[in-house]
Amino acid sequence: MKPAPFDYHRPGSVAEAVETLAATGGKVLAGGQSLVPIMSMRLAAPVALVDINRLPGLSEIEVDGGRVRIGALVRHRQLEQHEAAYAANPLLRRALSQVAHPTIRNRGTTVGSLVHADPAAEMPAVLALLDGSVGVVGKTAGERTIAAADFFVGPLESALQSDDLAVTATFPTPPAGTGSSWIELARRHGDYAMVGVGALVRLVDGAVESARVSLISVGLTPVVVEVTETCAGAPYDRVDWQAAQDAIVAAIEPEGDIHASAQYREHLARVLSARALQQALDDGAAKEAA
Amino acid sequence: MTTKLFGQRVPRVEDPRLVSGQGRYLDDLGHDALAVAFVRSPHAHARITDIDVTAALDVDGLVAIYTYDDLDGRMAEPLPLLIPHPTLTQGRTPYPLANGEVNHVGEAIAMVVATDRYVAEDAAGLIEVSYDFLPPVVGVEAAREAVDLVHEDVPGNVAATYMQETGDAAATIAAAALRARLQLSIERSASMPMEGKGVHARWDDDDKSLLVNTSTQTSTSVRQAIAAKLSLPVDRVEVVTPDVGGGFGVKIMHPWPEEVLVPWAAIRLGAPVKWVEDRREHFISSAHERGQLHEVEFGYDEDGVLLGLSVEFWHDHGAYTPYGLIVPIITSTQLLGPYKPRAYRVEFHSLYTNTVIVTPYRGAGRPQGCFVMERVMDYIARDLDLDRAVVRERNFIQPDEMPYDHGLIFQDGRPLIYDSGDFPASMAMLKSLVGWDEFVAQRDAARREGRRVGIGLACYVEGTGVGPYEGGHVRVETDGTVVVSTGLTTQGQGHQTMLAQIVGDELGVPVDRVRVTTGDTRRFKYAVGTFASRTAVMSGSAVALTARKVRAKALRIAADALEASVDDLEIVDGRVQVKGSPSAQIDLSTVAVLSNPLRYAFDDAARRATQFAGRADPTKPPVDPGDEPGLEGTDYYSPTQSTFANGMHAVIVETDPETAEIKILRYCVVHDCGTVINPMIVEGQVHGGVAQGVGGALYERMEYDASGQLVNASFMDFLMPYASEVPSIEIDHLQTPSPLNPLGVKGAGEAGVIPGSAAIASAIEDAEGFPITAMPISPSELFALRAEHPAPSRRAP
Amino acid sequence: MTETPHDITLTLNGTPRRLSVPARRLLSDAIRHDARLTGTHVGCEHGVCGACTVLVDGQPMRSCLMFAVSADGAEITTTEGCTTATGGLGPVQQAFRDCHALQCGFCTPGFITTITAFLETNPDPTEDEAREAIGGNLCRCTGYQNIVAAVLRAAQIQREQSQLQGEQGQPA
Repeated sequence: MKPAPFDYHRPGSVAEAVETLAATGGKVLAGGQSLVPIMSMRLAAPVALVDINRLPGLSEIEVDGGRVRIGALVRHRQLEQHEAAYAANPLLRRALSQVAHPTIRNRGTTVGSLVHADPAAEMPAVLALLDGSVGVVGKTAGERTIAAADFFVGPLESALQSDDLAVTATFPTPPAGTGSSWIELARRHGDYAMVGVGALVRLVDGAVESARVSLISVGLTPVVVEVTETCAGAPYDRVDWQAAQDAIVAAIEPEGDIHASAQYREHLARVLSARALQQALDDGAAKEAA
Repeated sequence: MTTKLFGQRVPRVEDPRLVSGQGRYLDDLGHDALAVAFVRSPHAHARITDIDVTAALDVDGLVAIYTYDDLDGRMAEPLPLLIPHPTLTQGRTPYPLANGEVNHVGEAIAMVVATDRYVAEDAAGLIEVSYDFLPPVVGVEAAREAVDLVHEDVPGNVAATYMQETGDAAATIAAAALRARLQLSIERSASMPMEGKGVHARWDDDDKSLLVNTSTQTSTSVRQAIAAKLSLPVDRVEVVTPDVGGGFGVKIMHPWPEEVLVPWAAIRLGAPVKWVEDRREHFISSAHERGQLHEVEFGYDEDGVLLGLSVEFWHDHGAYTPYGLIVPIITSTQLLGPYKPRAYRVEFHSLYTNTVIVTPYRGAGRPQGCFVMERVMDYIARDLDLDRAVVRERNFIQPDEMPYDHGLIFQDGRPLIYDSGDFPASMAMLKSLVGWDEFVAQRDAARREGRRVGIGLACYVEGTGVGPYEGGHVRVETDGTVVVSTGLTTQGQGHQTMLAQIVGDELGVPVDRVRVTTGDTRRFKYAVGTFASRTAVMSGSAVALTARKVRAKALRIAADALEASVDDLEIVDGRVQVKGSPSAQIDLSTVAVLSNPLRYAFDDAARRATQFAGRADPTKPPVDPGDEPGLEGTDYYSPTQSTFANGMHAVIVETDPETAEIKILRYCVVHDCGTVINPMIVEGQVHGGVAQGVGGALYERMEYDASGQLVNASFMDFLMPYASEVPSIEIDHLQTPSPLNPLGVKGAGEAGVIPGSAAIASAIEDAEGFPITAMPISPSELFALRAEHPAPSRRAP
Repeated sequence: MTETPHDITLTLNGTPRRLSVPARRLLSDAIRHDARLTGTHVGCEHGVCGACTVLVDGQPMRSCLMFAVSADGAEITTTEGCTTATGGLGPVQQAFRDCHALQCGFCTPGFITTITAFLETNPDPTEDEAREAIGGNLCRCTGYQNIVAAVLRAAQIQREQSQLQGEQGQPA
């Protein structure tokens, strides 16, 4: 299990990185926690790697009133432990703490995980749940922002072109009164989830104003389901999630694999969605009370 | 003798080296050796029509490519069938490199040697093999149906059918008041040591000798196998086992194709050659174990006494049978556990499939047998509404029935006779440890809160210390160091510490004066290997007997020097002294000097043994007839039969009523391995075994698809437990010494793993209220079972 | 093809080492075979087992999931560097011996480095925290129970040592 040979490039700027990607047809090396193993198994053999680990200005976490914005070199662990980011949007830490194991999070980047677009990964689902976006610089398509809804195209497929470099990700902060949660179930602690659910529930004056969930491992991309219609107006201590669960199950297309059957995944999606929504509701209620 | 080391929690002498990165595992050797990679079959069953190496020849750094056609002499023959058995009439073994046909994904086809492993993999990737596909046979059921054949000359895919019976099982079952049938199955798992296999070979062309390092559980037998395959005189081959990163059975299988191919290539190329197995190779080209399907019929009475038991099972042996029938024979005999049905019949069919070979993995057939027997006990208890522990107690062999002869032949070809054990006492200890009698109230209270908890238990007996023999060599050096060697190998069990404790006590020296070498054929030529929980029993007894011989010699020489009687001497802290008069003493190091009459004083200490030192009796030869120079000795231990350890596990689980997650709340073990040499090490063995038992019960399985691809051949998808999946383990020891060996010990290495699936199945059944008949079980499978057993139809267990 | 070698510097356990490696050389192989520090082991080469864990600029990382060339300039600590200044067993190493937290020893170096870093940030962990801290490392021998105990024991040794140093007026 040794990688095939490749040309190694270490550009000094984003512009140079994008030029190099275009010129070589290579792949971006950031944290490498997903790329290196598939190269070692020779399931991928890129002709060149463009190592962005030393690019300046991409390790920043910016938190302002409306969003948490991270650079492409922000490691999972760095964002997970960032107090201002947690204060603005606790969902980030809750989900990040479920990404593999801390040793992987020390090296792996959050933006890299978004670009990898694994439908079983946490952070794409979080970005989708929050209606976030990815900032991209491309040789062909130039500099632009791609909304999460357009970013995740298929399993392990993002909207990036081969000469694009994702430079930032932006996680909008949900409006006041919004509670959040992340719940997942994996075979072993730290494994990819059989099903995972992130939820946002906004309370206004003690009643549900809006609710939505984002699920992993139940479709080709993260699946976001708006369930406001099923529960809007319900007083916070008397919400029945049954209709929301039905809507969620109708929206997903789980497949079976060696770890979980399709039926079981559907069942888990139902169970975990109710748990996640309730946790988000309780979180919102606690915030409203505070 | 003093007993200050035996039975103590002596810290391991191995550890300072290993924790500080100073271990020497196989891949830590030979940095400059040529590296090997293999082209392995991507197909489960095919004929090879062509191997085209053209594209690979251009790779910079390529040294050689070998295929079957390059193999000469006995290398061109199939690898040995290690343990022949009269019923194994259709034994088949692979060639070192595939000879025209591949029978499982991962079978080696071409060997690539290059300047490093990266380059070797580059070249291997460029070799094109053409195939004619044959239908793959995957799983016990497909093998049994035999629509397709793995080996075209083996009818029905049956390698062997073997039956043993004691009493008339059919008649006893027919006459019983109550009868039942069960179908029970266990899936494949694997030893999966953290270090894979590896071989490093150096050929000395001047000396015409070969030095091989291999990560094995038997260096002596690998040595013989290499010499035979390569047609070398045995005395020109030495095999040295470096530190081994775990074995758990897979490394007792030998010679692996690589163990003969790497030395063969090293000779041909005149350069050191090394192969280090990577994890994917380990999954698809080492060995697996456990896959068996059992059909069980039994008769019992209204008190829950098992009268007649008949078991027929089908053993998935994989593509070849190089290790013979050991695994199914162990299942068929050890299935009985601590119980004594009046009549027992067992018949197994060993079946070929187009999958990786099956050879022993820790427990070796016992977990399957234990699962079968304990499911029967639980069935009887449920049917009669009896306490599960009570049913077991009513079927136990009693202490006054020891030795107990089952009337069967065990895996060593000898009668299955239990030598020791007190099963009622063990059960009493376990019930007290886990709080068995109090649990019903706890379970009912939990149920009232909507929780599902359950308790399970399982008992096993394990034949350990299998023969034929092991030996030991002990020498006291003239600096007082005691050098011990034994031929079997070590893979982390703390053998060096354990053997040093035994020798230290016998010779009256502290552990840090004893240096133990294992698995080095330059030091000890005659040995069997490390398997079947045999090291403490076999090598422990052998080095104890040897040390006693050396002690006797030391006392004789010291008595002469001190002008005292042997009977008045003792050895304390490395000094031989007159009891009660410690001022009359002589260092063991000096005794070692005196043991070797010298002409030359090569150092100061040696002066005392030279010819003008004035000690010698001129009327006698310097070395008496029958005596030997040196304070050393060799002895062997060879028992008439195995010694039988036993134990009982109880586990409490909680299952999530919604998600079907299965969580272990408590795991309790009562363990009887006879006299305990080092409780810390024994407990460590139990912990590790239980972790593998939990893995085999809840997480691990080899997932083959219908085409014979192992779809979870990585640590991502083959789910070995992390710390988050293994519970804390509570242990109590019962010590019923074995009467068979000088130390009273019984093996402890494998025990922990044996009852895992049985005990956990019992607990899940208790929590859920419906039968569990197949293990391992995942949350997804438990969810599916719940759908088959809707709540109203569930009977309260 | 001939691969272009890259000249890199790794500071290994405090000693700068200049190495010439092809781009694809995994950091684990560079440490083991180029720098010949074989205490770091390779158990899976796909980032799951944790045996190859080393500290990269103080943070535990999988050395099999990094290219050596990408680690150019990094400070790397392996289990060989987790000893005391005088070469004796470091607190985590000593705790592993005290608690019988290793058997074959193959996974141990990855645990030692991981735990060393963990205790820097959490010098007084609970048993649950200790178990979580080792949650990304596989061990096939021990069942983890004694490794959890070793984490707690190492913390105790460190506290005792710093207390002793405090009493003797030495810098902790």
